[in-house]
Amino acid sequence: MSVYFLCLVLFSIGLYCILRKRNLIKIIIGIIITEYAVNLFFVLIGYRMHGRAPIHAPDQEVLNMVDPLPQALVLTAIVIGLAVTALIASIAIRVYEKYGTFDITKIRKLKG
Amino acid sequence: MLDLQILLIFMIVGALVAVRTKDLLSSVIAVGTVGLGLSLAFLILKAPDLAIAQLVVEILCVIILIRATIKKDLPFSASGRWFFNTLVTLIFLAVFLIYGYFCMKDLPQFGEPIMRVAQNFISNGLRQTGAANLVTAVVLDYRAYDTLGEATILFTAVVSVLAVMRRIGRKK
Repeated sequence: MSVYFLCLVLFSIGLYCILRKRNLIKIIIGIIITEYAVNLFFVLIGYRMHGRAPIHAPDQEVLNMVDPLPQALVLTAIVIGLAVTALIASIAIRVYEKYGTFDITKIRKLKG
Repeated sequence: MLDLQILLIFMIVGALVAVRTKDLLSSVIAVGTVGLGLSLAFLILKAPDLAIAQLVVEILCVIILIRATIKKDLPFSASGRWFFNTLVTLIFLAVFLIYGYFCMKDLPQFGEPIMRVAQNFISNGLRQTGAANLVTAVVLDYRAYDTLGEATILFTAVVSVLAVMRRIGRKK
């Protein structure tokens, strides 16, 4: 079974959770799972078979390093994902204080 | 790559548990297992910086979500447009999976990446930047503006969280 396919399955589970659930916390969980799947996919693309971590050793020439570029991009994406999760969670907490529920079908009154 | 596949299947099972569980706190803990599995997967894929960052971020994420869910009950509503919702979800997932299947043929084979840009970084990185770790060389030298934008996003997110969660000056 290909690892790309397993990664796609993980993404689909997150997408299903976002589209189908009507609880705000479940939707946040779906967003987190989707983000994990995308990060994993980027690192999988850059992996070289029997490769080594992209760190130079003092007195040896390393030729079979894995790709450092997707790892740098994913390092940025992980931190931004934490910031986005914190922002969504704080908005969910405020919505619960205001309406007393996490159910998105009950949150329909617009009041300032 | 049997270990990576076993780890991915573990992550998929954890994600399914997180999606299907009724209890919100159990669901948050299940997401924590998925993130820790992702950290281990980064270690297997030879990305130690990412494994450390993912570990820290996962713990913070679980703490934030527990703060959001603790002592809150979940009134579950069974009414509404379930049929429409199910239909749209199934159509969307089917279209996504079909396109994903066709796109997967054009990807490079697993384990043989196309390293057109990265080959330059690997051969010249130590001489040009002086950093032994090439990931930090890319983050802090070749793509420093990217990191500056990341810091801006972090600052904006912190300011907006403080603005949303404030107690003083809020209208009753």
